[in-house]
Amino acid sequence: MDSVKKKRRKAAVNQNDCVACGCCAKVCPLSAIQVVKGVAAQVDGSKCVGCGKCARECPASVIEIREVET
Amino acid sequence: MKKHWYDYLWIVELTYLILGFFNILFAWIGLFFFFIPLIIAVARGTKGYCNRYCGRGQVFGLLGGRFGLSRKKDIPKWMKSKAFRYGFLIWFFIMFFQMLWNTYLVFAGAQNLRQVVTLLWTFKLPWNWAYHGTLFHPGVAQFAFGFYSVMLTSTVLGLITMILFKPRSWCVYCPMGTMTQLICKVKNGSK
Repeated sequence: MDSVKKKRRKAAVNQNDCVACGCCAKVCPLSAIQVVKGVAAQVDGSKCVGCGKCARECPASVIEIREVET
Repeated sequence: MKKHWYDYLWIVELTYLILGFFNILFAWIGLFFFFIPLIIAVARGTKGYCNRYCGRGQVFGLLGGRFGLSRKKDIPKWMKSKAFRYGFLIWFFIMFFQMLWNTYLVFAGAQNLRQVVTLLWTFKLPWNWAYHGTLFHPGVAQFAFGFYSVMLTSTVLGLITMILFKPRSWCVYCPMGTMTQLICKVKNGSK
């Protein structure tokens, strides 16, 4: 039987425009997003459930919720 | 989510702004808000200050978020461009050095103390009620007036963009944030 591919929602950061303020990390209920080395935020895909809280909070609006196949 | 002690630093920021209304010399305390982020960025290579301890960001977060004073719209693209962010940092630097120059002139006796707070680099607000003399040189007070002008100007700008865009829009173009991110980029070797 073919395995069924599931689509899941995950946050994705446009790291080029990220200002590394950390607002996203503050609101993430699963600590799935962190500011790495003061440069840009990074999403831990294994933890992120795509709730979108970080995207709503981001003052630069550089986080998108995308559907990815897992 | 669990609250930490540093989630209450907005109280420090508000206290700072209020103290400056009563005695301008308290403006000197604001140097901590300049040096702590820089020290964290240089020593640890992180934006720990922005991420955790920035009381100003918390004030905007509370007013715009919990108190609902923000439209919560996306910030325009040009405001998050590198050109604007670095341009604003340079502008802030120029204004900062001009303030230091004015302080120097008072110290050197070439200029009298001006008991005004300059808002948005243009509007001179009389602030004489907050000056009760100083045990030190009038130059010490001149620096306090100048520094408080910087802090009040950035607060007002932050409040305007908080209302127009997202609560912490100030973080996008905050000169300290841009500077500490630049330090982190250099220190951590990324472009």
